[in-house]
Amino acid sequence: MKFTEKEVEILEILEDDCRLSAEQIAKMIDLTEAETKEMIQNLEDQRIIVDYTAQVNWRKVDGHEGVKAMIDVKVQPKRGVGFDDIASRIYRFNEVKSVYLMSGAYDLSVIIEGKSMSAIAQFVSEKLSTLDSVLSTTTHFILKKYKHDGTIFEQDDEDKRIVVSP
Amino acid sequence: MIEPSHYLSNTVKDLKPSGIRKFFDLAAGMEGVISLGVGEPDFVTPWNVREACILSLEQGYTSYTANAGLIELRNEISYYLKEKTNIDYSPKHEILVTVGASQALDVALRAIVNPGDEVIIIEPSFVSYASLVSLAGGVPVSIQTSGEMEFKLQPAELEKAITEKTKAIILCSPNNPTGTALVKEELERIAEIIEKHDLLVISDEIYAELTYDDVYTSFVSIDGMAERTILVNGFSKGFAMTGWRLGYVAANSEFLSAMLKIHQYSMMCAPTMAQYAAIEAMKNGKEDVLHMKKSYRQRRNLFVGALNDIGLTCHVPGGAFYAFPSIQITNLSSEEFAEQLLLEEKVAVVPGNVFGESGEGYIRCSYASSLDQLQEALKRMKRFVQKRV
Ligand SMILES: Cc1ncc(COP(=O)(O)O)c(C=O)c1O
Repeated sequence: MKFTEKEVEILEILEDDCRLSAEQIAKMIDLTEAETKEMIQNLEDQRIIVDYTAQVNWRKVDGHEGVKAMIDVKVQPKRGVGFDDIASRIYRFNEVKSVYLMSGAYDLSVIIEGKSMSAIAQFVSEKLSTLDSVLSTTTHFILKKYKHDGTIFEQDDEDKRIVVSP
Repeated sequence: MIEPSHYLSNTVKDLKPSGIRKFFDLAAGMEGVISLGVGEPDFVTPWNVREACILSLEQGYTSYTANAGLIELRNEISYYLKEKTNIDYSPKHEILVTVGASQALDVALRAIVNPGDEVIIIEPSFVSYASLVSLAGGVPVSIQTSGEMEFKLQPAELEKAITEKTKAIILCSPNNPTGTALVKEELERIAEIIEKHDLLVISDEIYAELTYDDVYTSFVSIDGMAERTILVNGFSKGFAMTGWRLGYVAANSEFLSAMLKIHQYSMMCAPTMAQYAAIEAMKNGKEDVLHMKKSYRQRRNLFVGALNDIGLTCHVPGGAFYAFPSIQITNLSSEEFAEQLLLEEKVAVVPGNVFGESGEGYIRCSYASSLDQLQEALKRMKRFVQKRV
């Protein structure tokens, strides 16, 4: 799909900070508020903007640390539906945060979030690996998130400039 | 006990300390200040550039470079200038890498000024110009511009300021502190006068990359001007590299060898690691520059619009990252406004008068700050202004 320069600019701005109001965005890119609202609505309707979420560093929230694992899944693709069918069976589980079809040593990369390691182990052994087309799984626990979707988690973003300068 | 002041040179004694310094001292001790007082990007130098510097250190490039700078860097600067100005500057004979645009201005002035020569400065202007002219033994002559004319130099005013002693004029577009950017036709009209009076031009193009509404026109690309212009530029603003202290001059080879002599004796060469970083910036930095420029432009629109809503009338600055609004409605002087705003609302701005007489009645606000900070600053400024009108 082709989009106008202004639409792309809106996407960039919202990707950076989705709390900005249509009024603020309108000023930033020299459009009227109504035009901006309409563009945003269109982008949402076409599912170009899919969701507005916050990046949370749960490690810092006591009792909510959670555990994440990345699971390499080898599957037997089915005639006619390829990988799509098994992928959709997997992504419907609440525990599953992302599913990607991969090239290389395995087929699906599945990211799972759970309360504890044992909860994840249980999910993998009972739900995931017992699915019909799943041939094998390899589970990697994520130990620490440094950067996620372009956001550096423990960034020191203190302004290091002196207060007044030429 | 000696009396040091007896020993100081008269030139130095006569230099005024920068008005910015005073505000720096005032703001320095305070906590929780939102600063719109800085003349530098809020972006940290892009990582690939920092990384190139680290690599150069790991490889042990820690010695002097050629006086004029690494030839590889001068080549890159030459390509860059060709693209921006359509002038072919010879990397060997017409480009000199300096310690910031600041040193570039210094060597340019020292290379051309004889005692008593007049150099024209258009105010409000960058704080260094007048003092650098004095240090070079020249006489700074100011032309005032007005807010009604968006601080654009009027050709008639330029004619008036020229005397027999006039040697050169310093142009800066986009400008610090007003953000005013001159378009091609405006530069052409200035060029006619320059040619008529046979003057030199020092063109400070440090904000060239940060031009928002019109296509950037370098003064050297105006017909006939390249030979009489010393082009000054650097990495500080467009590439977010203020602390690296790296700039350059480009000019006809005779001017350049004169400047090279001064540079060679006073500076030897620009910092080596900064030069390696700059090569990376020139080779692979375009996207980052565009990204930063886009972000400044968005913030300018938001910020300048909001200033006008508050009643701090402000022209739309075509470049750099400064807004220069009028504070007339408050009936305060620039200094009073800046000082009270800092003490009451903890927002640091720079009073316009430090950039010259015509800056009185205005303040300089840098919008190179995060959106959050800008919005908070605007809220505080609004409260401050409302109390006074
Ligand atoms: C107009 C102008 N020229 C030159 C400079 C100095 O730049 P540099 O950091 O390259 O010495 C500045 C910095 O504020 C400036 O605003």
